[in-house]
Amino acid sequence: MLAEKYPERVAKIFSKYPDKRSGVMALLYLAQEEYGWISDEALSEVAALCEIDPTQVKSIAGFYTMYSEKPKGKYWLQVCTDLPCALRGADEFYKGLCDYLGVKDGGTTEDGLFTVEQVMCLAACDHAPMMQCNFHYHENFDLEKAKTLVDRLRAESAQKQPSSEK
Amino acid sequence: MAHILLRDLDVPDIWQFDTYVANGGYAALRKSVKELSPDEVTKIVIDANLRGRGGAGFPTGRKWSFIPKTAQVKYVTVNADESEPGTFKDRQLLEGNPHQLIEGAMIAAYAIQATAVYIYCRGEFWDLAHALEDRIEEARKANLVGENVLGSGWSCDMFVHLGAGAYICGEESALLNSLQGLLGQPRVRPPFPAQMGGGLYYWPTVVNNVETLANVPWIIDHGAEAYKAIGTPESPGPKIFCLSGHVAKPGNYELPLGKTFRELIYDYAGGIPNGKKLKAILPSGASGPVLPATDEVLNAPMTYESVAALGSTLGSASFILMDEDTDMVWAAAKMIHFFKHESCGKCTPCREGTYWLDQIYHRLLRGQGTARDLEQLERVPKQMVGVTLCALGDFAANPVLSTVHHFRHEYERYIKQPALEKAGAVAEPV
Repeated sequence: MLAEKYPERVAKIFSKYPDKRSGVMALLYLAQEEYGWISDEALSEVAALCEIDPTQVKSIAGFYTMYSEKPKGKYWLQVCTDLPCALRGADEFYKGLCDYLGVKDGGTTEDGLFTVEQVMCLAACDHAPMMQCNFHYHENFDLEKAKTLVDRLRAESAQKQPSSEK
Repeated sequence: MAHILLRDLDVPDIWQFDTYVANGGYAALRKSVKELSPDEVTKIVIDANLRGRGGAGFPTGRKWSFIPKTAQVKYVTVNADESEPGTFKDRQLLEGNPHQLIEGAMIAAYAIQATAVYIYCRGEFWDLAHALEDRIEEARKANLVGENVLGSGWSCDMFVHLGAGAYICGEESALLNSLQGLLGQPRVRPPFPAQMGGGLYYWPTVVNNVETLANVPWIIDHGAEAYKAIGTPESPGPKIFCLSGHVAKPGNYELPLGKTFRELIYDYAGGIPNGKKLKAILPSGASGPVLPATDEVLNAPMTYESVAALGSTLGSASFILMDEDTDMVWAAAKMIHFFKHESCGKCTPCREGTYWLDQIYHRLLRGQGTARDLEQLERVPKQMVGVTLCALGDFAANPVLSTVHHFRHEYERYIKQPALEKAGAVAEPV
């Protein structure tokens, strides 16, 4: 349980706001970090902490793109394909990355390591193509750099090394 | 001239507290709190005619003056939910010069006697937001944030709130809802955020953009007259222009308002790559009308008034440039796909309209478009404008109506030649 495992982090979240309900977004992030995705159990746990109904938490979790309501790969690769990035080759980059990983748009690799998705503008248009790997930005990217990153993360995982990407 | 906003370009480690202070940082907050009354601070910002840099261009000092003095609780909320396609200026400010934002926000908070400041960062700025919390902690330790600021008796804390991926939360009333843990959808106004019942937790609240607040310390340091000497009388001050797309040197350029499009694009940003001609400019990201790159446009000054006179908006000054080979139907389809994804679903005309438009563009790009589709592209957006709680519906209409108006022949080509599917356009209908 989050409250038992991370009492200080939960307390810090609530200390910012006059209303417990405002902690819902930060707690959903904490739940996702702990469980990998937002399950119905995680929703109920967050709801109890914020003293609101699980249905209300579910509406929040569903509204925002950064909460996963189903399990995703260990590495979540989000490639911006909006207009400014697309003018600098992001569509071709995205297609090449999907092909290299052997998945379709939005798919997860069979080993469960990578989920790849298109994402809306990430405020890095001057460094296109770009992608976000979990929370980390990779800018001025190209397919060769992406392949190198994917290979490195695969190797780390195979050797059970600590991940270099949070 | 040294930068006023993007000072990281002159002093690379200005993000560090000691460096910021050594370069005059926090003198303006000290001056405000120690020497000026809250009303005097507001008057200086009104006199400087600083206009909101988030897109609307509303006079900042006037916004502060709307806050009722009698309210027991007042808030400043910083809009750092930068999500407009083509916009990446606030990100550079937050990363490169974060203490200037903290200082500007604290001056705003002093001017309205706020009890707390919330900085709403988009969720994807995860790393940045956590670094910003460290910078706030440095300011707190120096008694610039928190209890009894600089011994003045006024207390105001500052917190970072992370969004989680929703363009609509850049709209101020949706941002306030999101901060409260409600769905990030716009509110009915009035009451406006500055009024009782309209702000954060329904208390009077100032919502300012990052770049807007980053201007404030310089204005307090140098005075309103010095600020008005930069730019034009109606649009004073420096502005960060974000250049992306088909341009030799994409990036942020801080220039006085009033330079011409041609100067920005060709003198500063190196022109268009590969010897191509410039075809079209989106001066305010995806949400403003497109302008064809005519001499009239290129020679016009970049101010709020002149870009409006050209039939577009300066907005947040996010210039997406497109060269002569760009397919404008494909470009409009990209923007509509964005708005369809980001429509929050609350107002029917926006929710349904963006869906319809997205479907029409998919048909066109697949070579299945009909003359009726082109008619619908002119009719549907007109039913979305001015009938929704926020401007997203209006924004979504702009790329469609403006590209149909200026580049109608490109649409007609899609109807006459069924096999013109755009190579590389991988976005599928969701």
